[in-house]
Amino acid sequence: MAITPPSERVWWKEPIARIELYWIVIAFTWGLVMFFMMIYWHGAGEQNLSSEAYKIRPERFAEKTQAMIDAYTVREENGFPVVRPPAGSDVYLTGRLYNWWPILEFEKGQTYRLHLSSVDVQHGFSLQPVNINVQVHPGYDMVVTVKPDRAGEYGVVCNEFCGVGHHLMVGKIYVVE
Amino acid sequence: MSTNTEFRSCPTTGLRVDLTTEKLIKANAVVAVVFLAIGGLFGLLVALTRWPEVHLLPADFFYLALTAHGLDVLLVWIIFFEIAVLYFASAVLLGSRLAAPRWAWTGFGLMLVGAVITNIVVLQGGSSVMFTSYVPLKADPGFYLGIILFAVGALIGCFVFFGTLVVARQERTYRGSIPLVTFGAMTAAIIAVFTIASGAIILIPTLLWSLGLISTIDPLLYKTIWWAMGHSSQQINVSAHVAIWYAIAAMTFGARPLSEKVSRMAFLMYILFLQIASAHHMLVEPGFSSEWKIFNTSYAMYLAVLGSMVHGMTVPGSIEAAQRARGLTRGMFEWLRKAPWGNPAFAGMFMSLVFFGFIGGISGVVMGTEQINLIMHNTLYVPGHFHGTVVAGTTLAFMAITYYLVPLIFRRELLFMKLAKWQPYVFGIGVAGISVFMMGAGTLGVSRRHWDMQFADAILPFDYPSAAFLMMGLNGMFAVLAALGGLMFIVVVVGSVFFGRKLGRDEKPAYPAVPPQAAVVAEHGSSATLKIPGTTMLVAVFFIAFVLYYFVNWKYLSEVWPLS
Repeated sequence: MAITPPSERVWWKEPIARIELYWIVIAFTWGLVMFFMMIYWHGAGEQNLSSEAYKIRPERFAEKTQAMIDAYTVREENGFPVVRPPAGSDVYLTGRLYNWWPILEFEKGQTYRLHLSSVDVQHGFSLQPVNINVQVHPGYDMVVTVKPDRAGEYGVVCNEFCGVGHHLMVGKIYVVE
Repeated sequence: MSTNTEFRSCPTTGLRVDLTTEKLIKANAVVAVVFLAIGGLFGLLVALTRWPEVHLLPADFFYLALTAHGLDVLLVWIIFFEIAVLYFASAVLLGSRLAAPRWAWTGFGLMLVGAVITNIVVLQGGSSVMFTSYVPLKADPGFYLGIILFAVGALIGCFVFFGTLVVARQERTYRGSIPLVTFGAMTAAIIAVFTIASGAIILIPTLLWSLGLISTIDPLLYKTIWWAMGHSSQQINVSAHVAIWYAIAAMTFGARPLSEKVSRMAFLMYILFLQIASAHHMLVEPGFSSEWKIFNTSYAMYLAVLGSMVHGMTVPGSIEAAQRARGLTRGMFEWLRKAPWGNPAFAGMFMSLVFFGFIGGISGVVMGTEQINLIMHNTLYVPGHFHGTVVAGTTLAFMAITYYLVPLIFRRELLFMKLAKWQPYVFGIGVAGISVFMMGAGTLGVSRRHWDMQFADAILPFDYPSAAFLMMGLNGMFAVLAALGGLMFIVVVVGSVFFGRKLGRDEKPAYPAVPPQAAVVAEHGSSATLKIPGTTMLVAVFFIAFVLYYFVNWKYLSEVWPLS
């Protein structure tokens, strides 16, 4: 029994049942399939997160965000500047207690270098209803190249607990034709 | 250290039981159950708050309750119970004395003091930083101090376990190799040492930072090392509950492992390949290379997953072999149909096996796929997954073995047998519902650790789809069911331990009925006579579900915005 010492003293020489052996081979092969699937997707898939990131002081990231806001704000909404940066440019989104700053407006089908960082604690960038989720750290500038493929109004929920006002932290991204 | 140990002989199993070990097992198990009750209550409050129509707690108390829930059940309940399991699997199963009882009591004391300190600090309200306490969120120093004391106590428990293995070998209390269950417990203890060391490396500096002695702690570094404790410690649970599956199969059916070699290799896979699991939490963090993520998140080509998949066959396979040897050979599933479904230890164990595989296991592998993590990270899918592993898997298995520990170790007759019969079903189905509906809500994007999915007070509005609200309502209902199952467990166990009839010195309890043919069956079921068509069918169903679900999620991923 499993709660007593093995009845065969030399248990490591017992033969393995064929059915067990088959399952080990199948399970191992399936593991390889799943392993190579991740590598395959880097070549064939369109959704791969880059590893491009830089260390940055939070104040510096806030300055870069502000410079973008100063240059490209097109209107205001509930006290948030709505920024429409040129296609292909570097776009900054700052997570801070308790909002995503500013509101961004993208053009459908264009690519943008979206920089994500926080100026205080960790936040979670959760783009909804697309459901793309990326962790945002203070002190690290993470660059994600995005290509919005559908027009609409998107919410940016904070999905990393950041404090007692965590549930107030909602941002917005517009994608226009 | 005194060595005048006293033993009693167990009338059911014939094992020599060291009385000091027995006291330690009782103490650890009782405290574990107390914290299960406290943590479970916090969990119910959390679920009722996330049920949009109920929305019970105010925001600050919700975040407090969620912090306490994670600490009390994921850490305190499980580790206390695991220490009890370690002492049982070493001293009791090997018929040995415990290596260093005074150290074992010291460890117990440290764990208890640590758990109480952290609980008090959390309840004071200034430390609602969640179980993970990601810097730079800062808790009071007592929060970290309590966890550190608790971990040191647990570490002492692990070393008492290792010491006992040495003592038993030197004093020749058993012949040949250690039992498989003890081997599984050893796996758990080895992983525990690794995780506790990781915890110390990161929590001690964090304590100093909280005291103002260190100016900053890098959040990315914190997260990487914290999860070397946080995730790897879940592999302690897996090893422990798999060992318990084997133990219950042996105690209920006299089942013998299909092959000692294969089962032990599968445990070895855990030791070798589970340590890098912190990668699961770093898949969408800045700066990690894809090579690092792919290698580590897959436990080096899914070799540890292979270990679990092997146990997933060998545990039910050993039960089937034992049942068939006893004559239940008709059709594919007579052995399973005529299994003792009214025995809560077996029912709990078998549900734990099925739910851990189908719900917790599959979802974990899918979520831990480098790219797929993008559509799941920090959504409710994550707690959905780990309630499938840690609650439907580990907690249900721990509850199941408790039904054997009460008569065998506490020497009390089980009270409320009717209630006990239903308990695993109520709890198991409740937890399975929690897991599935949280995963459903997560797939629809709903954030975890979030007080208000309606964003009523947010400046910019956002609405989740209405299906997500339905999911959270169902989650709340199943949480009530699970809480009821938890309450039934507490009533049965606490009632029996304090008010159950004391068993006489040589009296065999009516329950658990260890099968009389157990010894005979143990000799059968060997690889030569092996036929397990029912298990083969179950495993095939599992495999097909796994493959389909895996590729469905790649399909979901392919539909989101292109990213690079």
